Formats: sequence, C-alpha cells, structure tokens
Amino acid sequence: MRAEPQFAFLDEGSKKEIRRATLKAVAIPGYQVPFASREMPMARGWGTGGLQLTCSLVGKDDVLKVIDQGADESVNAVSIKKLIRATTGIPVTERTEEATLIQSRHRIPEVPLTKEQILVLQVPTPEPLRQYEKKESVTKRLHAESEYSGAWLMLFEQIMKYGRTTTGADHPVLVNGRYVMAPSPIPRFDNPKMDHSEALILLGAGREKKIYAVPPYTDIRSLAFEDHPFEGEDFSGKSCRFCGATGVFLDELHVEETGMTEYQCNDTSHCADRLERQDEKEVQHATI
Amino acid sequence: MQRFEERPLLEVENLTKQYGPGCDECGQPGRPGLIKNYCPSCGTVYACSDVSLDVFPGEILGIVGESGSGKSTLMQCLYFDQEVTAGTLTISDPELAGENLFGVSSQRKRYIRNHKYGMVYQNPVKGLRMDFSAISNIAEKQIAAGGRHVGNMQSAGERLLDVVSIPLFRMKEEPRNFSGGMQQRVQIAKALSNDPPILFLDEVTTGLDLSVQAAVIDLIKQIQRDLGISMIVVSHDLAVIRMLADRTLVMLNGRVIESGLTDQILEDPHHAYTQQLVYSLL
Repeated sequence: MRAEPQFAFLDEGSKKEIRRATLKAVAIPGYQVPFASREMPMARGWGTGGLQLTCSLVGKDDVLKVIDQGADESVNAVSIKKLIRATTGIPVTERTEEATLIQSRHRIPEVPLTKEQILVLQVPTPEPLRQYEKKESVTKRLHAESEYSGAWLMLFEQIMKYGRTTTGADHPVLVNGRYVMAPSPIPRFDNPKMDHSEALILLGAGREKKIYAVPPYTDIRSLAFEDHPFEGEDFSGKSCRFCGATGVFLDELHVEETGMTEYQCNDTSHCADRLERQDEKEVQHATI
Repeated sequence: MQRFEERPLLEVENLTKQYGPGCDECGQPGRPGLIKNYCPSCGTVYACSDVSLDVFPGEILGIVGESGSGKSTLMQCLYFDQEVTAGTLTISDPELAGENLFGVSSQRKRYIRNHKYGMVYQNPVKGLRMDFSAISNIAEKQIAAGGRHVGNMQSAGERLLDVVSIPLFRMKEEPRNFSGGMQQRVQIAKALSNDPPILFLDEVTTGLDLSVQAAVIDLIKQIQRDLGISMIVVSHDLAVIRMLADRTLVMLNGRVIESGLTDQILEDPHHAYTQQLVYSLL
C-alpha cells in the first residue's frame, strides 16, 4: 500500500511546531526561536530552514517564487520549486508581483514587496555574535542582557584594519531597538529594504535550528558608527548590460572576449521583466 | 574620633558564597564545626563567609591570603562573575544609590560592569580577546560603555596605550603576539578605558618577572594618583600589597581575620596566621 504524499511534504505535527515557533518569532522581532529542524530531502546548509518555513506556511491558494542568489533558474531554486509543486500542486512563478510566498537565498527582490506577501530567507549562521563568541550558552546570555559590544567590536576591528567596514553580506542590524540580528547573507544593498518592509520577513536556519522574523513595518537599523555611516554597495554610473537598469544590485562580470568588466542585474526576473516590457513597447511602436 | 568623614564608595556587608546546600550544623551563626571552610556533615564549602569591607574614594584596598582563602571568589562576586549566596553590595553613585546591587537584574549588573567597573585578571587570556587588535580590545570596553564614535575611541585608546607604554606602532597587532608584561599592560589600559570609578586587580603581577612587576606596580600607583580611582587589589604577595595598598584585609578560610592600615598589619600583626604570613616574608 502506498500512502498519499503529505501536503507540502511535512506532517501536520511538524508544520504546527514550526508555525508555533514562527508565531513566537513574529511576536519577538529579531529573537532567534529554537525549533526542531526536520530532516528534509535536501542536505542541511542548502536552505532547509527556509524550506521548512515554506512547507509550514504554504496553502492551496499560494503562488510560490524561489530565488537563489537573485536567480530563479539555478539548481537550488528549481529543486525547491519542484518539491513544493510535486507535494502541493500550487503554481510557481518567476514574477515577484504574482507570488504570495517568496523563498530566497541571499537576496531581497528589487520589486518592493507588499503586505500580501511573505519573504522567507535561508540563513546559514543566525547568530550575529558567533564570530565573537563561540559558545551558544554565552551568546544567549549576551542577547538577554542586550550586550552587543561584540557585534560593534567586529565592525570596529574592520575599520582599524581596513579603514572601513568590510562586511560583504550579512551586515548586522538592530531590530526594533532591541535585538541585534544577522539579516542572512544578503548584500548590504538589501539591508535598507528590510526597514519598515510591508511584507513579513521570516528567516530560517535549518542546520542551526533557529527561526526568527521581521514583522511588517518593523524598525531595522544597520549597525554603524557615528563617524562611519552605513553604506550599501555603490553602483553609481553603472547599469545592466541587458536591460539598462540602474539603482539595482548588479553582478560584476569579466568578459574574456573583450577584456572588459560589464555589469548585469543580479535579480534575473526583474531583468527579464524589464526586457519583456521594452519588447512590448517596440512591438507597439512598430504596429503604429 | 571620627576617622573617615567621607562616605565609602563601595560597601560590602556579610557577603557569603557557599557551594552546597548547607545544613543545620553549619548553618548556625559563627558556623561551628567547619574543617577550614568545609562542613564535614553536608559537604558544603564556604568560599566566603560574612565578609564585610568598604572602599573609600581614591583608596587602594589590599586583600591577602593563601590559596583557597576566598580572595578570588570575593573578587568574582564583586565583579558579578559569580552569584553570591547572601550579602549586600552598595555603591555610592547617584545612579545606583541605596540599592543592593547583588540583587539587581543581570542587565543592570552588566551596566555596572560596563560603566562603573574595570577588571584586570591574573591571566590576560580572561581579560583580553587575543584575536582582536590591542586597540580594538581597548575599544571593546568603550563600546560597552556606549561609545559609538570610532575617531574618539581610537584617540582615547592611543592615549591609554601611551600611558601604559605600549608603542603605538603595535596597536593594531593582536595581544597574542605580545609578551606577558605587555599583555598585562594592555589589560590595564582596557580596564581604564571607560574611566571606571572602581578598578579590580586580581594577582596582576603574579607570573611576571621582577622588573616588569615593578613597572606594572609603578603604573598602577601612578594611575591611582593621577585619576583618583579606587582599587581593590588581591594578591598573595605581601611585597605587592605593601607597595600598593593603603589598607589591607587578611583572609583565611573564607573569613576576614584581620584588617587595618597596611603598615600596621605588616609591622604589628595580631592574628597568629598573619604573624606567620608576615614572618615568612623573605
């Protein structure tokens, strides 16, 4: 006898436990809630935390989008989409506007999210103080006592050694004036998108067994010293080589044939969308 | 005769730290029946029993005693590294006045540690982060006390490194590359970086060679004179206590057995143990 596959892979008990952890995370913005991370058909460290959140949240009316480092078509994103579609039958999309549930690895989409949407981020290291203090029992106490000298110290040390902060991604943020949080390895460029985000942002770390959240309209401040203000990556004067977009996060490419450095949109669906609209315009002009 | 008209800066009353539940026999006043500080019937160890002390502004208080006499435990209790079993701690500071600081929340204890205390441990590994540069180590304490301006913290750190005679060209180096004496001096600079009114020094010169010991003691003396910081100095080395402390407590088996002016204790010890201690001084 073959049992029917469970809707969204996880059994209902597990989903309930994950949702309960999620509710607690939403109630205490930025606080890392421990949860019993399930075994998933995917190696830990490949987004199992995000996947479990997605599985616990997805309903029959949802539309799913999965992004891997800005791309909708990479192996990791495609496999996750396949799993969810096979176990739920819900439609998947690449268009940010159409999705109700967006699971993402290391990017927040360029299109502003709305209050109808939930963003799920995959997190490798949820503890912003881990580099400073190895023991979990100690970091828990530091969070409880709001003692974040360690997070600041890491930035200070970078300034001392390199003249500026060198966090390429995962620049720590202060959530709602209370908890310092690792925003997952999103580029610094995306940090401001979390501030007063209309969408609920959930962060799941499967290997580290933690769930935390940024509820809609929460105050998010990237840590920065008074004389070294926070700065995102700077792409001024650069644009996407395909769609010509400016003011978005760009990937830097070295083109061997020409020996030139070129830039292209990191968010592939946003780029494709812009190209499509440009094509449409050309077609309209042609028919007139 | 009113000897001190000033109010003590830090006051400890009846501090007790026990490991174990205690029983009817050792729970009685005076704790009869203990073998040293150990209760044979229930196995409880009294690391500190009913220790009372006060420290006045700008004063250095010495605590001497043999290993296991409870002096380090006392220090750790005062610095909130350990919870006390009983006792009160008050600091006459407008922010903290009238409160038993052993009973406040851990957040508030953290605040006191960050803003009112400095600590120099015997082992620099406990007080420093060996993987962060010396200047960052000093900044850590300033950040904890609310510093958020890199330029200001750096110049304050440089000034302190200068005070403790660490060459500035080495400030961006990690303390693990430093000699023991240099590490100890970085630790002192770190402890001073938040301008603490109270500084704890736990066996700071133990393990250093004699010339470095002298330099560190000179430095501590100078800091006390220049900045008027109150200090509690724990040491088993009477020579260090003689050089530094204005007043001294002698501890044995978790109790204060003698206290008074340092000269008085060293020249005219009353308790049999203190006499033994003083006469065994080489």
